[in-house]
This record gives sequence, structure tokens and C-alpha cells, in this order.
Amino acid sequence: MLEVRNLKLYYRTLRGYVRAVDDVTFQVRDGELLGLAGESGCGKSTLGNGLVLLKPPMNFVGGEVQLDGEKLPIEDYERMRDYRFKKVSIIPQYAMDALNPTRKIGRYIEEILESRGINFESVRETLIERLRLVNLPERVLRMYPIELSGGMKQRMVMVISTLLNPSLLIADEVTSALDVSTQKAVCLMIRNFKELGIVKSIIFITHDISVLYQIADRIMIMYAGKIAEVGKTAQIIQNPLHPYTKMLLTSLPEVGVRYTERMLSGIPGQPPQLLEPPKGCRFKERCPLRDKVCDKDPPLVEIEEDHVAYCWKVKPNA
Amino acid sequence: MKKYLRTKILVYVLTFIFAVTIDWLIPRLMPGNPILVLVSRFSGLPESARVMYSYLTKAFGLDQPLWKQYFNFWIAFLKGDLGISIYLYPKPVLDVLKSALPYSLGILLPSILASWFAGNSIGALAARRRRLDSILLPIMYFINGAPYLWLGIILAYYFGVVLRWFPIAGAYSFGLRPHLSWLFVGNFLKHWILPFLSLFIVQLGGWAIGMRNMVIYELESNYSRFLETLGVKNSLIRKYAFRNAILPQITGLALQLGTVIAGQVTTEVVFSYPGIGYILTQAILNQDYFLIQGCFIFIIIGVLIANFTVDLVYVALDPRIRYSYGGEIS
Ligand SMILES: Nc1ncnc2c1ncn2[C@@H]1O[C@H](COP(=O)(O)OP(=O)(O)OP(=O)(O)O)[C@@H](O)[C@H]1O
Ligand code: SF4
Ligand SMILES: [Mg+2]
Repeated sequence: MLEVRNLKLYYRTLRGYVRAVDDVTFQVRDGELLGLAGESGCGKSTLGNGLVLLKPPMNFVGGEVQLDGEKLPIEDYERMRDYRFKKVSIIPQYAMDALNPTRKIGRYIEEILESRGINFESVRETLIERLRLVNLPERVLRMYPIELSGGMKQRMVMVISTLLNPSLLIADEVTSALDVSTQKAVCLMIRNFKELGIVKSIIFITHDISVLYQIADRIMIMYAGKIAEVGKTAQIIQNPLHPYTKMLLTSLPEVGVRYTERMLSGIPGQPPQLLEPPKGCRFKERCPLRDKVCDKDPPLVEIEEDHVAYCWKVKPNA
Repeated sequence: MKKYLRTKILVYVLTFIFAVTIDWLIPRLMPGNPILVLVSRFSGLPESARVMYSYLTKAFGLDQPLWKQYFNFWIAFLKGDLGISIYLYPKPVLDVLKSALPYSLGILLPSILASWFAGNSIGALAARRRRLDSILLPIMYFINGAPYLWLGIILAYYFGVVLRWFPIAGAYSFGLRPHLSWLFVGNFLKHWILPFLSLFIVQLGGWAIGMRNMVIYELESNYSRFLETLGVKNSLIRKYAFRNAILPQITGLALQLGTVIAGQVTTEVVFSYPGIGYILTQAILNQDYFLIQGCFIFIIIGVLIANFTVDLVYVALDPRIRYSYGGEIS
């Protein structure tokens, strides 16, 4: 179980701090796949990376993270080392070139394990089993990354990052570089990793909310570094309450149809600058329900169990 | 792989023929007449000079039509005959070059190799240590930016003229004959050190900067980042980064080595060091067709061999290149 409280991750730039993750609180329960969606640049990757590898220019500004009841020292690069790979892993957004191009994959895995003090032989069987699980032939271990297709590389990265059965897996945009037919297969594979108990919980990052319908237990919508709404998948789809979520969903052409840039054009206006974000609700410039109160930070509203939104105009189901 | 080699070799052979043809042509398009230069050297009665002129022109085959000269040139070339030097008449060009080659190699090989090793070590070190980097980098840029001629002259002036530690001309003292003895070897080394040092220094900066930038680039690349997310030791990340960064440096080294035969013209002129570069300048000054030609043939061969080596080395080292040439890379 992952618990994140008031997490703030800012990028230090020459022009000031970019508040990419600003006061974010949420949790991912055991056996759960949390879908994290939002427009490009809203801070999804920052949040995902921050939980595994927090280093400059990304800065830890505040907050607390607990994993399985233990404090996760994300702000301490060195202390965090022990937790990486064993407790938290990431399939990064750049998975296609995450492998060392000049090492055969088998050798590469061996060296990584060795560097973590793990004997390769002791995990060899697991490794081979996992390869089968993601439909990769065993001989990929004798190949160089360049011999693999993009999809194969990504599945390879998936196998590597989950090899030590981490508690939490973060999958960052694993589907965006794939064509529609393989997208679904990869999504199901990831979910399968959770079902088989290889990983306990997953944060599945995507800017394409429709991918989440079939695989997510809960969905969290981010907007400009903040959480807009969190709820069970059904709650979000059938009863979106935050104006941003509503627009996000109605801007979808059709359930299941892939959209990427169209989503942006669906909602008029641009997301705000994270360098100096507007006061109060960050969505106010594009919000049809905007009111004077929206100049103040929107409150957390619990609509019903598990379903929360940050908005002045959302009322709880009393 | 075999097909790759075959096409490569074919390309190299064609390049060689083309380059040598140009090399043959250029001196012949230069203004002036080399035979006149030679004749004027034996000067004497105008009458005998005229006889000599026509004799020599015939002897060098320069009275024949161009296409025939070209044809004869290749026949002789294949027999290992590069003609007779006009300026060092009657020494064969091949002999002149053969005796100059060791001097060029003796300066260039050690200086290139030493600066390559030192430069890469410095660069790799600078890439890891921020503090050191901020000191080393400007120095390396300064060295790299310094014009060679200026550097060579400063070295020669300071160590040769002011301190009088080292001689500044020739490969050994005039009084000596090359032979194996402590006296000669010591004398040779004394003459060798300044040209060596000047070349070592001038190349050092480039290697160091190149390596530093490559290592930093590799350390910031995605595969390094992914390794970080797996919590591996820094030593593994550095090992990978270093290995990948050195690949272009190896290419660079092989290409540098290609210039070895050419000698470093400037060095050899500044320090009057009798290598191929020095011979080449003399040949040009004296309009010595055959010697110029010979020098360039050596240079062409050197550069082509180096390039070919680069191709082979790269294919051996980088699976990505192997893959792009189709198939089996394991
Ligand atoms: N290295 C950096 N330095 C400064 N700002 C950054 C840096 N990386 C990201 N940002 C900024 O932080 C914000 C969040 O970026 P992030 O990559 O987390 O977005 P994202 O939601 O993952 O978007 P995408 O869907 O495009 O991957 C963006 O506004 C971005 O411009
Ligand atoms: S707080 Fe106001 S501006 Fe923000 S989403 Fe709700 S209604 Fe719109
Ligand atoms: Mg991202």
C-alpha cells in the first residue's frame, strides 16, 4: 500500500520553480491498479519519477510517502537506492531506449543483478518464466537491444523492472508509442502482473483516459500539478463531477477510440504555466462554472466513499 | 558480413585509384617546369644545358603525351617503382620516402597514442568530478584552441633557445651517423622530445574535451537513467557510460593514425625534422613531381588503411553498426 501525503515536487529552473507536482495526496491500495490521467505536462511523469528517482533538477519540497507502512525516503537519493528495483520500480516513458545498446540483454540483466548483490542463477527461472508471460522468446537474452522491436524492448523493460517483485510498479505511458492492436495486449499484461501477485500495486500513467476503462480499479485525474478528481473507475466514467473530468470525458470521441492531441483541442484554452500558476483553482481559466470563490484554493469534497474532487462547485452526496 | 567486406574493399580500391589519379595529375598542372629547376642546378654552358634538358625530359618520360605518362605511371607503380626524385636526383623516390618514414612514425605514433590515452583519462575524470572539471575544462579548451604553429614555436624558443635544454633542429646532431649506441640514442631522444611534446600537447585538449562531453552525454542518456531507477551501483553506470563514450574516440584515434604517414608537416618544418612532411614541403618547393606524387601516395595509403581499420573496429565494437549492416551481430 502506497500513501502519499501533501507531496510537492518542483523543478528548479533559471526562471524559478516549476510546480509540477503541488500538494498531492492519494493512496494506492494493495492489489490495486490506479490509473493516472491528465493532459500532457500536468505532472504525471514527475509524480511517477519522483517516487523512484528524485534528482536535480527535480526538487523535493515537501510531503511524505509511505510504502507498506514504512517511510519511503524519496528525498534521499542514496538511502532510496535500496528501495529501488526491490520495492519500487518504474517502466519509464522512455522505455524504448532504456537498455544499454552495447550489451546483450542477458549479460545486462546479470550485471544489474550483480550490482545489487543478487545472484543471477537464483532468479534465472523467474526470468525465463516472466519472458514467457510477456511473449518474449528466451533467445532475446542473447540479443542486443537493437535487434528487438520497440514493443519487445518495452516488454523487456517490463520484465526487468518487475524481476524482484516490487511492491509498487509505476508504468509511465506504456501504451502511447504502440499501435492500437498491441496497446490492449500490453495493458492486459501489466494488469496480469498484478493479478499474479508479482507486484502488489500499480500506478498506470497515461494521457489517454480511455485506456484505463478496462484495466484500472481507480482513476486519478491530474490537472496542472494538482489532483482534480479521484474515484473508482465506474464512478469517474459514469459520474464525473469535477468540471475538468467532465470535459475530458465528453471530449472523447468515443469510448475506446484512441485520441491523443484531439483531447487537447476538445477543451478550449491551454493549461496554465506551472512556473507561476494562478491563485486558487488552476482550472478556472477554462472552467465554465467559474465563480469568485474559485480564486481561493478549492476544497477537497468527498462525494461518496472513494470518490473525491477538488472543486468549489461539487457537492457531496449527502 | 562478407558482402559488407567485399563492397567496402571495392569502394576502397576505387577510391585509391581515383585519389592516386588526382595525385598524379596535380603536379603536372602546377605552373613551372621541374626539369628546368634541375638543369639550373647543374648549370653551365647554355648549350650543354639544352642537351641536358632534352635528355632529362626524355629520361623522366615527360616528352610523351599525358595519357601515356599516366599509363606508364601505373605500370611502374605496380612494380613498386615511384620514379626518380628530381630534387634529390638520382635517388629513387621510394628510397627517399622509406628513409623519411621512420622519423614521421617515430614522432607521430607515440604522440597520438600518448595524447589519446592521457586525453581520454583526463576527460573521463573531468566528467565525473564537477570541481575538477571546472579547472580542467578551460585549460583543455585553451590547449585545444592554441594554434599549433604558435605552440611549436613557443616550445622551441623557450626550451631550445632560452633554456637551451633541447636542440631545435634535425633528428640528431650533424656530427653523428645513425648507429646503435647510448650516445646516439640519447642524442636522438633529445632531438625527439620537443616535436613529440608539441604534438602531444596540441592533441591532448581535443581528446579530453571529446571524451568529457561524450561521457557526460552517456551519463545523462536514458539507459543510464533507467539503471539509476534500478538502484545499481554508480560504478556500473560509469562503466557502461565509459564504454559507450569511448567508441567514437576509437574511431577518432584510427583516423588520426591515418595521418601518421603524412607526418605533421608543421611539426617537421618547425623543428626541421626529416620526416615525410618535411620531404613533401621540399618536394613542392623544388617542383619535384615524382617526390610529391610519392608523398601523396603514402598519405593516401595511410588514410585509406586507417579508414578501413575504423570500419572494421567499429563493426567489431558496436552491435548497432553491425545490425545496420544487416543481420548477425551476436
Ligand atoms: N527537467 C525539467 N525541468 C523543468 N521543468 C520540467 C522538467 N521536466 C518537466 N518539467 C515541467 O514539469 C511539468 C510536468 O511535466 P511531466 O513530464 O511530469 O508531465 P507529464 O504529465 O508526464 O506530461 P506528458 O504526458 O507529456 O508525459 C511540465 O510543465 C514540464 O514542462
Ligand atoms: S473550483 Fe471553480 S474553477 Fe475550479 S473547477 Fe471547480 S468550479 Fe471550476
Ligand atoms: Mg510524462
